[in-house]
Amino acid sequence: MKMYRSHIMICRGTGCTSSRSEQIAVEFEKLIKANGLDKEVIVERTGCFGLCALGPIVIIYPEAAFYSLVTPEDVEEIVNEHLIKGRVVKRLLYDETIDEDRIKSLNEVDFYKKQVRVALRNCGVINPENIDEYIAFDGYKALATCLTELKPEEVIDLIKRSGLRGRGGAGFPTGLKWEFAAKAQGDIKYVCCNADEGDPGAFMDRSILEGDPHSVLEAMTIAGYAIGGSQGYIYVRAEYPIAVKRLTIAINQAREYGLLGKNILGTGFDFDIELRLGAGAFVCGEETALLASIEGQRGMPRPRPPFPANKGLFGKPTLLNNVETYANICPIINNGPEWFNSMGTEKSKGTKVFALGGKINHTGLVEIPMGTTMREIIYEIGGGCPNGKAFKAAQTGGPSGGCIPASKLDVPIDYDTLTALGSMMGSGGLIVMDEDNCMVDIAKFFLEFTVDESCGKCTPCREGTKRMLEILDKIIAGKGEEGDIERLENLAKNIKASALCALGQTAPNPVLSTLRYFRDEYEAHIIEKRCPAAVCQALLRYIIDPEKCKGCGICAKQCPVSAISGKPKTPYVIDKDKCIKCGVCMEKCPFKAISRG
Amino acid sequence: MKSIKDLEEIRKRTLDTINLRKDQSGIRIVVGMATCGIAAGARPVLLSIMEEIEKNGLSDVIVAQTGCIGLCKLEPIVEVYKPGEEKVTYVKMNPSKAKRIINEHVMKGKIIQEYTVGAEEK
Repeated sequence: MKMYRSHIMICRGTGCTSSRSEQIAVEFEKLIKANGLDKEVIVERTGCFGLCALGPIVIIYPEAAFYSLVTPEDVEEIVNEHLIKGRVVKRLLYDETIDEDRIKSLNEVDFYKKQVRVALRNCGVINPENIDEYIAFDGYKALATCLTELKPEEVIDLIKRSGLRGRGGAGFPTGLKWEFAAKAQGDIKYVCCNADEGDPGAFMDRSILEGDPHSVLEAMTIAGYAIGGSQGYIYVRAEYPIAVKRLTIAINQAREYGLLGKNILGTGFDFDIELRLGAGAFVCGEETALLASIEGQRGMPRPRPPFPANKGLFGKPTLLNNVETYANICPIINNGPEWFNSMGTEKSKGTKVFALGGKINHTGLVEIPMGTTMREIIYEIGGGCPNGKAFKAAQTGGPSGGCIPASKLDVPIDYDTLTALGSMMGSGGLIVMDEDNCMVDIAKFFLEFTVDESCGKCTPCREGTKRMLEILDKIIAGKGEEGDIERLENLAKNIKASALCALGQTAPNPVLSTLRYFRDEYEAHIIEKRCPAAVCQALLRYIIDPEKCKGCGICAKQCPVSAISGKPKTPYVIDKDKCIKCGVCMEKCPFKAISRG
Repeated sequence: MKSIKDLEEIRKRTLDTINLRKDQSGIRIVVGMATCGIAAGARPVLLSIMEEIEKNGLSDVIVAQTGCIGLCKLEPIVEVYKPGEEKVTYVKMNPSKAKRIINEHVMKGKIIQEYTVGAEEK
């Protein structure tokens, strides 16, 4: 690789790509060539920087100028000013990075200040399609160490001592899982990677695969060495085309370098990895369903035990870890288990990636040490709720998780505290809700998702979740009756106790946790037939305040169904039976005399 | 197939070329690249600086550009910022002078007085 005075890093994660970052890259290359700068300046396409809300993002080194919301039309100005004349284009800089006349280092910006990037260490830093850049940042060093200096049981011991727990949701100790697979008897053993990320709003696995695919390949190879396996499979969603493409490139490059295949690094160890594409069924994220799908069967779970460690893929002992779990392996080996377990809380070590979404200013991906409070994540890193709205709750763990109300914002977040709060870590999706969100409606959203995604194999999940959804629909339609809450709770208890797999066992969680913290909202819907957040349309009422109404008649003229009547200069009234709750009258009233409740 | 030694070589070689993406603490060389600088020949100066840095494997040196500082008749101008030292401004540069600056000032810490703006003004 040649030396260049300036590197232009353009995010080609899914978020920025969908807002035209590839066109930006092409435009840069065109103008750099036209200006004869192609021997001095290089354009690199990288993985996700995390601050997706401000994408497309372009970072230009050595100044580390962080350009946000860049359009292809801005490229000419950046080339003329920044690259040719050396003047940073201030209007495009992320405004938090400007400090008087200096560009702040990214580590000083609120969004990045509290983050510790372990799993995301290379995302946005390297070109994921160039194995040399991965190697430059200590890539394949951990593999070399394991193969030449450590026995398989020593590798497992390192992982056990690090305290790493599975990042896919349940938080099972990773070292122990490796040990079970290593001790299992079998002529063939498999190493699998669960990249079937399905929680609504979670996209950390995708970003790791897009931004740093080799970190997963290297860790899987290490796992193969540790448990005595020689074949790996990555089960990745077909809906992640960029991740699939980069993984394919990475696997080919690793094979070319002899880092996958026969006799890796001349040590006599063989290991190879293949991709298996999933068609997007949520249940295939469940381990036994995932393995069935790799085998070419219908993706449905089966009862455990036997656990995959003993009887997994094709009936052979199988190790299955999540993408983010694998992304933590190499840093643990390179820096030592003590380095890793110095971060985090007593029982949850290291860092966790969260995907921030919903009503939050800095939508994106953040990696923070375990034990950080929700308040720090939402207010300091995430920048709070937009438009000055009040925070109401944060939903973690997707359709298997629950919500955390404002009163619990200061609880340090780890696997165990989240479970105690009635939610769960899950894969790390974090959806923020503000005062305008109705919690009954949120519970319905997640339940609709699980009803859709239930595979239908066991009755409690197939029928039970459907009955729960019917009750919620009834409540939202204003037809709730006393006893509905108890019926929901009773169904939830039975589904949790009797469903076959985690999908069903956790499906009632969003209802249970909203009931736990926002029971009053359910009661308002059922008893008062009122939606406090004014979301559920059937329960909305538009009322004209006779004190404020001047009788101008604008509302009556605007009403599309002629539901408003009255005489000029006297207060108008809305006919509830005719009103379709479109809200036009409230919007158009010059005296703010119409309210919704 | 690569050996562990090969990996180490790739690591070293690649790291040199992508070092500037890390937090910078080393020497900064700034070349004036406004119209006046470019017209006076700043681009060949910049290229020879980069070439020399690459040849000598200087990983903690970054090269940046700047606009016109007002001394157009003394262009091309090159400024050298070393941490903890006062900046040195070299004027009326050409590629071979620039090479000397890398070899003597940047690498050995010896300021070339006769090229500086102070010497020019006397």
